[in-house]
Amino acid sequence: MATSSERSPPPFPDSEDQDVLDSEEVGGRESDEDDDGGGDDLLFVNPSNPPLTKMDTTLPPASQPSDVLMEPPSDLMNDPLIEPFSSLTENKPTSKIVSEPSDDFVDLTNNLADSPEDAAESVLADVAIDTTEIPLDEPSDDFVDIFGGETEAPREEVVIANVTVKAAAAADKSEVTSDVTDPPGDLKTGSDFEQEANETATDSIIDLSDDLLSSNAQKPPLASDQFVDPLVDFLSDAPPAADAKIPSRATVDLFEDEGNDLFTEPRQTKSAKQQQKSLFGEADEDLFGEPLGATTKKPVIKEPKGKPVPTKAARDVSNMGGPLQDGYTAEPADIFSEEAVTTVPSIKKTSAVNSKTNGVHSEEDTDIFAATVELSLDSPQEERKKGVPAVPSASAPSVSAATSLAKPQSASLEELDDDEEEEEEEEEEQEDKFDISISVKDPEKIGDGMNAYMAYKVTTQTPLPMFRNKTFTVRRRFSDFLGLYEKLSEKHGPNGFIVPPPPEKSILGMTKVKVGKEDSSSADFVERRRAALERYLQRIVHHPSLLQDPDVREFLEREELPRAVGTQALSGAGFLKMINKATDAVSKMTIKMNESDVWFEEKLQEVESADQQFRKLHVLVESLVVHRKELSLNTASFAKSTAMLGSAEDNTALSRALSQLAEVEDKMEQLHQDQATNDTFNFAELIADYIRLLGSVRGSFDHRMKAWQRWQDAQAALQKKRETEAKLLWANKPDKLQLVKEEIAEWEVKVTQYERDFDRVTATVRKEVVRFDKEKARNFKREIINYLECLLQSQQQLIKYWEAFLPEAKAIA
Amino acid sequence: HYNTEKYHHMRSVSVDLNHDASLLIDIPDALCERDKVKFTVHTKTTLSSFQKPDFSVPRQHEDFIWLHDTLVETEDYAGLIIPPVPPKPDFESPREKMHKLGEGEATMTKEEYTKMKQELEAEYLAVFKKTVQVHEVFLQRLSSHPILSKDRNFQIFLEYDQDLTVRRKNAKEMFGGFFKNMVKSADEVLISGIKEVDDFFEQEKTFLLDYYSKIKDSTAKAEKMTRSHKNIADDYIHISATLNTLSADDSTYRHCGGYYMSSFVFLQKVEGRVASDQELKLTELLRYYMRDIQAAKDLLYRRARALVDYENSNKALDKARLKSRDIPQAEEHQKQCLQKFDKLSESGKKELTSFKGRRVVAFRKNLIEMAELEIKHAKVSSPIQPRDFYTLIHVYNM
Repeated sequence: MATSSERSPPPFPDSEDQDVLDSEEVGGRESDEDDDGGGDDLLFVNPSNPPLTKMDTTLPPASQPSDVLMEPPSDLMNDPLIEPFSSLTENKPTSKIVSEPSDDFVDLTNNLADSPEDAAESVLADVAIDTTEIPLDEPSDDFVDIFGGETEAPREEVVIANVTVKAAAAADKSEVTSDVTDPPGDLKTGSDFEQEANETATDSIIDLSDDLLSSNAQKPPLASDQFVDPLVDFLSDAPPAADAKIPSRATVDLFEDEGNDLFTEPRQTKSAKQQQKSLFGEADEDLFGEPLGATTKKPVIKEPKGKPVPTKAARDVSNMGGPLQDGYTAEPADIFSEEAVTTVPSIKKTSAVNSKTNGVHSEEDTDIFAATVELSLDSPQEERKKGVPAVPSASAPSVSAATSLAKPQSASLEELDDDEEEEEEEEEEQEDKFDISISVKDPEKIGDGMNAYMAYKVTTQTPLPMFRNKTFTVRRRFSDFLGLYEKLSEKHGPNGFIVPPPPEKSILGMTKVKVGKEDSSSADFVERRRAALERYLQRIVHHPSLLQDPDVREFLEREELPRAVGTQALSGAGFLKMINKATDAVSKMTIKMNESDVWFEEKLQEVESADQQFRKLHVLVESLVVHRKELSLNTASFAKSTAMLGSAEDNTALSRALSQLAEVEDKMEQLHQDQATNDTFNFAELIADYIRLLGSVRGSFDHRMKAWQRWQDAQAALQKKRETEAKLLWANKPDKLQLVKEEIAEWEVKVTQYERDFDRVTATVRKEVVRFDKEKARNFKREIINYLECLLQSQQQLIKYWEAFLPEAKAIA
Repeated sequence: HYNTEKYHHMRSVSVDLNHDASLLIDIPDALCERDKVKFTVHTKTTLSSFQKPDFSVPRQHEDFIWLHDTLVETEDYAGLIIPPVPPKPDFESPREKMHKLGEGEATMTKEEYTKMKQELEAEYLAVFKKTVQVHEVFLQRLSSHPILSKDRNFQIFLEYDQDLTVRRKNAKEMFGGFFKNMVKSADEVLISGIKEVDDFFEQEKTFLLDYYSKIKDSTAKAEKMTRSHKNIADDYIHISATLNTLSADDSTYRHCGGYYMSSFVFLQKVEGRVASDQELKLTELLRYYMRDIQAAKDLLYRRARALVDYENSNKALDKARLKSRDIPQAEEHQKQCLQKFDKLSESGKKELTSFKGRRVVAFRKNLIEMAELEIKHAKVSSPIQPRDFYTLIHVYNM
C-alpha cells in the first residue's frame, strides 16, 4: 500500500499539517499490514518534511524582523487579533517548539485529569488561540492520539526532533562559541544562516501557504500589525532566552493550575511571563547553560540516559498525577529529555554529523535533519499503530525499515515497542476494570392493558466519588432509556460523539407483552430487550465523557425521573427511518463536501460496507436461529417417533436401544434449543447492537459534515463581504466602507470560530471512531469466543450422550 | 477420502449379506445422462449356469424394476420376501438447488458462491452414489438368496450383454398397476379382517403393520432432522463468508476475521458431516427397512390371499359335496390351495424369521456406527476449537 504520499493532497487549507500527520498515521497503520516497509519509509519523508521546513522558516522572523517577518508571520498567525501574545510566540522559532511541549503536558495531564474531555476541549480552544498554525494543528492531532491510545511518547519524539534540529542548527550557526544561554546572540548568528535556509524554506512555506486557508492569507496586514507590537515588546523586555520564555509559559500554566481550566489561562500572559523567569532560571541553565560547541553532543547524550526513567515515571504518573508535576517543576529539562526518548540515538548521530560538517552549507544540514526527523517520525507512527488496534507482528516491518536507516535507533524503537505493548495491555486491562458496573434486571410489567409498561431495575455498583453511594438501584421504564438517549444525543451528537443507541421500540413485541400472553416469544422478547438495555447502559458509562454527563448520573441515581416525553419518534420503524435519513443526508453532503480528508473518506466507506455486511450477517444469524429451532423441534419429534418405534420393536435389546436413542435425541433437542438461545443472545443480538451503533457512527459523521457546511457558508459570506469591500473601495465610498469592514471583522471571527468548531468535531469524531473500532474488536472477540465456547460445551455434552449410548447399541443381539 | 470411506461403509449399510463367493455382483460404475442413469453391472461367478466367469452389462433403472416385478409376479416366489425395488434416482432436488444457487449468484460473494456450489456438488455426488448403492444392494440380496439367485430372469439380467430394452410400461399398464395397487390395499383391509389360524402369522401381521407405520413416521422425522442439520451447515457457509467480507472491509477485523471465518467454516464442516452421517446411518437405514417391511407385508398379503383361496376352496368343496357334483375337482382344488398355503406359510415363516434377524443385525451395526461417528465429529470439533481460541486470543492480545 504505497499510499501515504498519494494520500496527503493538500486538503482543507488549515489542516495541512494535520493531514500530513493523518496520512502518516494511515500510512503507518497500513504499513504494518503490508510488509513493504521500505517503500513506506521513503514515502514518509514527504509528509514529514513540510513541518520541518515550516519550523525552519519561522526562525528567520526573529532575527530579521523587518522583511522576513512580514511574510511568514502572516501565514503563520492564525488568530493575531485575539491574542497578541500569540504573535509573540511566533517570533521565536523556539517558542513554537516550546508551545508543543506544553501540549505534551496536556497529554500527560489529560491522563491525570479525571475528565480528559473537558481538559481536551479547553486545551484545544486555547491552543487554537495562542499558537501558530503549525503547533495548532499538531496539538489537535495530538488529542486524537491521546484518546486513541497512548501517544505521549510519539508526540514528544516529534517535538524533540524539532528541538534538536533547531538546537543543532543553532549550534551550526553560532559556530562553537556562541552560547545558547544568550539567545539574542544565538538568534542573530542564527539569522545569518537562517537567511539562506530561509530562502529555501520560505519558498516551501509559501507553497504551503498557498494551500493554506485563504482567509489567513488574506489577513497579512492584520497579522503584521499585530506582530510588530509583540516583537518590540519582546525585544525590549525579554532579553533572556526567548527560548526559555515560552516554555516557561506553558509550564507555569501547568503548575499554577491543575484543573481543566489550565489551558484557558495562558491569556494572562503578563503574569505568566513574569513567572517564567523565576521558574525558568534553573531550567535555562540546565538546558542551555553549557557552551554550545561542547554541548551539542552532551545534552543530547545526557538526555538519552535520563530518558527511560522519565518516561517510565511519566507513565506511572498517569496513575498518580502528583509525581509528574513534581518532576517537572524540579527539572524542566525533563521536558526535553522526555521528548528525546526515541530520538536519542538519532540525535547523537546528527550531532556527530553536525560537528563534522559544522562549516558546511546549511542546505546539507537541512537534509540531515530531514533524515533525522523522518526517523523520529517513524517511531511515533509505530506507537500510533498500537493506539489503533493492530497486530503485534505487523510492527516488525516498519521497525526493520527504520533499521536500514539507523540501526541503533531501531533497537531502541523495539524496546520502546515492547514497553508500549505492555503499557497498552495494562491500559486495556484497566479499561476493562472500569470502575463502574451496571446491571438491568427484573423486568416487571406494571399496569394493565394497553397502558401497561415494563419497568427494569437498574443497579449500579461503583466506587467512583461522583456518585453518592457505592451501590444503588433505581426503577426505570423503557421510555426513560429512550429519553436518556435523546438527551445525550442532543447534547453530545453535534460535538461528534458516538452516543450508544438504545434498542428500538417494538410495538409488536410490546403488544404481546401488554396483552399478557405468557408464551415463549414474549418472554424471549423481554429478555432480549433487557439484555440490550443493559449493554446500552454499559456502553454509556464506559464512555469517559458520557459518564460525566449529569443526565446519566441522574438516570442512574435519582429516585424519580420526570417522565420522558416525545420518545414516540424513536419507535421501531421510526428509529430506523431516522437512521436512514441521517445516512441519506450524509451521502448527499458527501457529494457537496468533496471530502478531502482521506481518513474520513475511507472510514465512511468502511462504516457503510460494515453496515451492509452486518445487516446481511444479522439476517443470516436470524435464519440460523430459525433453523436451529427447527432442528430442535425435528429432533424432538424424531425422539418421540423413535420411542414409539422402540415400543413396537419385538427384539428386546433393539427395543431398549431404540428407546435409549430416543432419550439421547431428547437431550440433543435440549442442546439444540440452548444453542439457539446462544445464537440469539451471543450472536444475533451482538450484531443487532452493532447495526444500531453503526447508525450512530454515521450520525457523528453527519454532524461533522454539518459543522463543515456551517464553516463553508460562513466563509462564502465573508468572501462576499470582501468583494463588497473591494467594490466600495473602487467606488470610493468611505462611509459604507466602514460598515463593511466591521462586518468583515465579524465574519472573520465567525469563520474562525466555525473552523475551530469543525476541527474540534473532526478531532472528536476521529477519536470516537478509533475508540469505537477498538471497542468493537474487543467486544467481538469476547462474544465470539463466548459463542464458540458455548458450542464447545454442547459438543462435550454431545460426546457424553453418545458415549453412554454406544454400549446400548453394542448390546443389541 | 471422506466420501470413499463413507461409501465403503455403506456397502453393507442396510443388509447383512452372507456373501456367497459363487456369485458376486457389484456396480463399479454408473453414468448419469439427464434423467437416466446407466449402471454397469459386474458379475463374477463360479456357477456353471453362466457362460463366462466374469462379465459386465449395462443396465438402467427400469431394468431393475422389470426384474423386481417379474420376481414378484412369479407364483413360486410368493412365499419369499422379494427384496424391495430400489427407488427411482432423484437428482431433481440437487439440480433445483443448483439452479436456485445460480439465480442467487449476484447476491453472494464469490467465495460464498463457490462454497455453496461445492456443497451442492457434494450433495449431488452423494445422491448419485447412494443411488448406485441401493441398486447394488438389490442385486446383492438377490444373489445371496438361495432360491432367488437361481432365477432365470435374474441370470438373464446379469448376463445378457445387449440392452435389455425392457418394454417401458405404457399408460394402460401404468394405470393397471395403479389399479392393482388399489385392489391390493382394499384386499389388505379385507384380509386383515379374516381370522388368522396361525399364531405366528397373527403376531407377525400385527407387528409388521404397527412397525411399518412407526418406521414410516420415524423415517420422515429423521429426514426432516437431517435436513435441518444441512440447513445449519449452509447457514454457517454464509455466515463465514460474510464474516470474511466484513473482515476484509474493516481494518479492525482484518487480522482476526480470518479466525472467525475459519472457525465457522469448521463448524460448517462438522455440522455438514453430522448431517450426512445421520443421513447415511440412520435415515437410510430406516428408509430401507421401511421398504423391506413393505416387502414382508406383501408376503403376508400373498399368504393371506392364499388362505382366503384355501377357505374359498373349502367352501366350494362343501358346496360340491352338498350338490354331489364335481367333488373330485373341488377336492383337487382344495388340496392344491392347502398345499400352496402350507408351502407359503412354511417359507414365509422362514423368511420372516430371517428378516427379523437381518433387521436386528443391521440396526445394531448402523446404530453403533452412527454413535461412533457422532462422537468422532464432536471430538474433532472440540480439540480443534481450543486451538482456535488460542489463536484468537493470541491475535487479539496485540
